[in-house]
Amino acid sequence: MNATTNAGDQQVIDDLSALFPANDDDTDADLHDLLAERADAASLLDVAYRTIDSPIGRLLLAATPEGLVRIAFELEDHCAVLARLADEISPRILRSPGRLDAAAAQLEEYFAGRRRQFDLPIDLQLAHGFRRTVLGHMREIAYGTTASYTAIASAAGRPAAVRAAGSACATNPLPVIVPCHRVVCSDGSIGQYLAGTEVKQALLDMEAAA
Amino acid sequence: MALRPFEEIVVEHGRVVMRVCRALLGPADAEDAWAETFLAAMKAYPGLRPDSNVRGWLVTIAHRKAIDQIRAINRAPRPASELPDIPSKEGLAAEDRHELRAALDGLPFKARHAVIYHYLGGLPYAEVGSLLETSEAAARRSAADGIAKLRTTYSKGSSR
Repeated sequence: MNATTNAGDQQVIDDLSALFPANDDDTDADLHDLLAERADAASLLDVAYRTIDSPIGRLLLAATPEGLVRIAFELEDHCAVLARLADEISPRILRSPGRLDAAAAQLEEYFAGRRRQFDLPIDLQLAHGFRRTVLGHMREIAYGTTASYTAIASAAGRPAAVRAAGSACATNPLPVIVPCHRVVCSDGSIGQYLAGTEVKQALLDMEAAA
Repeated sequence: MALRPFEEIVVEHGRVVMRVCRALLGPADAEDAWAETFLAAMKAYPGLRPDSNVRGWLVTIAHRKAIDQIRAINRAPRPASELPDIPSKEGLAAEDRHELRAALDGLPFKARHAVIYHYLGGLPYAEVGSLLETSEAAARRSAADGIAKLRTTYSKGSSR
């Protein structure tokens, strides 16, 4: 605004602003839903996401049209995770709970001890090569049981690649659903977990008790 | 530099774009125009240069959508009587709102758009100018003319 704006002009400008007030939060939410719906219908929603609360903290769930593509723990920083998804998959990302309703419901059942297996389409595009193969085998470890890093490496066809099997666990894009928490050291110690060994232990204890 | 998730664009600029849509169109069409603006933006987004002025880009899309919409239904912007009766927090009385809306809708094309894009959309005159296919100076004059005209047709403006 320049210095020559006088009081009468300012009155008109202020009243124009008041005539078109900013949305309230409900309006924002309605508009956002409308956009997400149209984007999905137009096949523009490359990544939909939402967050859920769980006993192991707030989880970010993200899905492509193909399936669930990422679950992130709170300590991974959800904003940073979304920025990486924008870079690695597509920046066409919207918060849109609809596509994640089934995943959210099944995870809730799992944490309540009422679900032993997930029945969800998943998209493993964030894992590559051997790591992806390892993740495929990890899905075969049954609820309430564990397997060693060595056993997983063997199952994936490279018995000597124990370290690589470990990094497949560490970089698992879909923790909990792809149960890397069930992979432990062959000496019986629990091994590492991105969200912390206490979270890993809690998941194993929960599965053992259910 | 990578593009930010589109969600951040919606959260950051959604409200400004909605104000512009409300000012360009009647309330009944504004929501649709807003959604179509962001839908078109989302479609083009992966090709956007990361250092672009996102707000200017969005307002440009909203401008085109609004023009399309007005052409499609072949009529002038909705009359003032179709303003929603929500009391505004800033305390603008109903009669003032209707009068100001009618005065705004009655402005010539360039003046009206320059006022909306600069004062409601927050765009600098250089961008208003490129949007209206005119110079920065001409856009500044159009907005000044618009405000001056509003002062003569809107009683609260002329009473000062």
